[in-house]
Amino acid sequence: MADVPLDRVAETAATEVEDLTLHHPHSWLTRYVFSQDAKTISIQYTVTALAIGFIALFLSWLMRLQLGFPGTFAFIDAAAYYQLITMHGMMMIVYVLTAVLLGGFGNYLIPLMVGARDMVFPYANMLSYWFYLLAVVILLASFFAPGGPTGAGWTLYPPQAILSGTPGQESGIILMLVSLIVFIAGFTMGGLNYVVTVLQGRTRGMTLMRMPLTVWGIFTASVMALLAFPALFVASVMMLFDKIFGTSFFMPSLIELGTPLDYGGGSPILFQHLFWFFGHPEVYIVALPAFGIVSDLIATHARRNIFGYRMMVWAILAIGALSFVVWAHHMYVSGMNPWFGFFFATTTLIIAVPTAIKVYNWILTLWRGDIHLTVPMLFALGFIVTFVNGGLSGLFLGNVVVDVPLSDTMFVVAHFHMVMGIAPVLVIFGAIYHWYPKVTGRMMNEALGKLHFWITFLGTYAIFFPMHYLGLLGVPRRYHEMGEASFFPASAQMLNAYITVLALVVGAAQLLFLFNLIWSIRHGREAGGNPWRATSLEWQTPETPPPHGNWGREQPTVYRWAYDYNVPGVAQDFIPQNMPPEAVPLGPRPAPGGMS
Amino acid sequence: MTAAVAFLVLLAALAAWWLYGQRLMSRPWLAAGIVEDTGGLAHMPAAKVGLGVFLAVVGALFSLFLSAYTMRMQLADWSALPVPRILWVTTLLILLASAALVWAVRSARRGEKERALDGLLAATGFGSAFLGGQLIAWDELAGSGYRLADNAANSFFYVLTGLHGAHILGGLVALVAVTVKLWRSPDAAAAQLPVELCALYWHFLALVWLVLFAVITGWAGDFLAVCRQLLS
Repeated sequence: MADVPLDRVAETAATEVEDLTLHHPHSWLTRYVFSQDAKTISIQYTVTALAIGFIALFLSWLMRLQLGFPGTFAFIDAAAYYQLITMHGMMMIVYVLTAVLLGGFGNYLIPLMVGARDMVFPYANMLSYWFYLLAVVILLASFFAPGGPTGAGWTLYPPQAILSGTPGQESGIILMLVSLIVFIAGFTMGGLNYVVTVLQGRTRGMTLMRMPLTVWGIFTASVMALLAFPALFVASVMMLFDKIFGTSFFMPSLIELGTPLDYGGGSPILFQHLFWFFGHPEVYIVALPAFGIVSDLIATHARRNIFGYRMMVWAILAIGALSFVVWAHHMYVSGMNPWFGFFFATTTLIIAVPTAIKVYNWILTLWRGDIHLTVPMLFALGFIVTFVNGGLSGLFLGNVVVDVPLSDTMFVVAHFHMVMGIAPVLVIFGAIYHWYPKVTGRMMNEALGKLHFWITFLGTYAIFFPMHYLGLLGVPRRYHEMGEASFFPASAQMLNAYITVLALVVGAAQLLFLFNLIWSIRHGREAGGNPWRATSLEWQTPETPPPHGNWGREQPTVYRWAYDYNVPGVAQDFIPQNMPPEAVPLGPRPAPGGMS
Repeated sequence: MTAAVAFLVLLAALAAWWLYGQRLMSRPWLAAGIVEDTGGLAHMPAAKVGLGVFLAVVGALFSLFLSAYTMRMQLADWSALPVPRILWVTTLLILLASAALVWAVRSARRGEKERALDGLLAATGFGSAFLGGQLIAWDELAGSGYRLADNAANSFFYVLTGLHGAHILGGLVALVAVTVKLWRSPDAAAAQLPVELCALYWHFLALVWLVLFAVITGWAGDFLAVCRQLLS
């Protein structure tokens, strides 16, 4: 480590040079609760977010019960249905997907994958989790508040979000907005860490172009989230003022139940612009980490270097930049200048190009690869199929003339669940199966994992694919029952019942995963340090699970990129990133297929 | 959303310039061995880079508020409020605080502890006076009947100045902490980086205030109108 520029590594090397025990936690409380270790924070984030995920899943069950068998469950009336839909959407998008992919995986993987000892600002990192937990508690508190949680729809459009006809108007909407503001403050502290650790915390030899694509994805998504969440912050603050202090940022003149309200002159469209200026990048804030993780899962389990690494990096950057200039495609039906519609349709369709490049590169990585159908690989493959499906229906919806009739039908519900619901969730499952051995030192049960995969993958496909058809028939979204209309046949209701039964089954199957997750902590097969024989740095730690400080005495030095699988003329089928060129064993490979 | 997009374009240009130095065209699968890190940020302290990223977030926040401001002011019910005279004084105060911090940074770099302390104390004083002035401006406006909910122009004025004031308050807390740190440490060099960070944050907030002030008084609008005329 002698010739490392000292000021660059000073932030991380201090623990190593001076006193290894200096920053180590000394009590149970600082080790497991108020921990500043990114790995512990990651586990806290992931466990909290998974818990919220199960609550949100349960809410979707209730919605599906009402849609499949309307009227059977008296407590799910129209108001309750709106509350379910709102909480399910907001929880899943912000408090589950964003929190797991950035707070969970970002915290665990960034420092380990770039060879750092920890995040650069551990204290802010710890605060980030506690802000997140506070936001979650505030959000859940609205279930117990008078009037219940808000039923404004996850987009919280004014004016209806704060008018008296909307459930949760008393306090639910306030708690929702406050929770979002706290979440954003907390995320900013975490996001600063993810970005600056990638910028300044990389170990020697780890140039940007040697980083695994997982880090590229999380890094770019963090930058985007730091710049997009302020839009939601601004919208939330202004709506809070409208609700509490009676200002008219968004509220037009209104007559409610015969009484004119004090509001006047505000613009609901302004809220939509702010909301979607956050909302569209949010899609890619969820998608880019998933893209990155899938690239690494596929390369590792197909024993093949990622096809077109540079193109993959450029595509991530291009998607990140483009996603900030497409927001108004969520507002075609709000009315806009046709030229704007033309502009936003064009940018929306252009995003398909870098995205398609990524899909082709995954396929070409698999092509003639040594594919091991492990559980993480199955989930990665499931992701590609689901994502392509959802992406293609996105091309339909990106066009103004196609979007206008399809908007507000079940087609849109099917589209966004495929592309940013199921697809990232499959990646999250795959990633957990993949990195679990590093976190716990034990493998998750493979048979249970495969059962979980097939039920989840086939089940969700069977749920959401027919939903496109319902949408094409004209079945509206956001309605708590379909009712009767001349344009859809009676069989449409049967399809709804069928979707509900499947949703119950798939939801219940997630208990398999939960059981596996907990059971394997003690009873899983011993994994060793590098069970998948992967190249990236997190698998090369001296101990598994890695202790505080990650690397023992000396930080690793990186000599190569993260995808040296099956290099010709090398005696093993992978070369770790920290293996010096002179240490690489040359010669013929021993009998192939030694692994499952 | 012009202001927000313009700000993001600026950031994108900065990011592109940085990425340009990061060998994005290299072929990492060919070169094994040690490659030393290059590019503009490699030798900067992490705290400074972190503050830079944070300021980008703050900038995004204010540019989004300004976007909302410009969109909302085009609606029919907008009636601009009179600009309190005291805002001229506070503008001067925030600039004086900035100047004091320039002084403090220079002194800290030279290792002159006493002078650096003077600069920090002056900046804290000017900064506190700035906040006091903003409160007086609120009081004046509210006293002459321009209350928060009466018109969107008033609402924006209170929200924008309040949000900016909250950031200033955070800056003052940091200033006091750094002053104490410098006062206790035997030499000025130890506190050099924190002083620089305080100054950077403060200059940025002063810049934000100048933009806000120009927008609130309506000059920014006039300026843009002139630009538009020149272009068309």
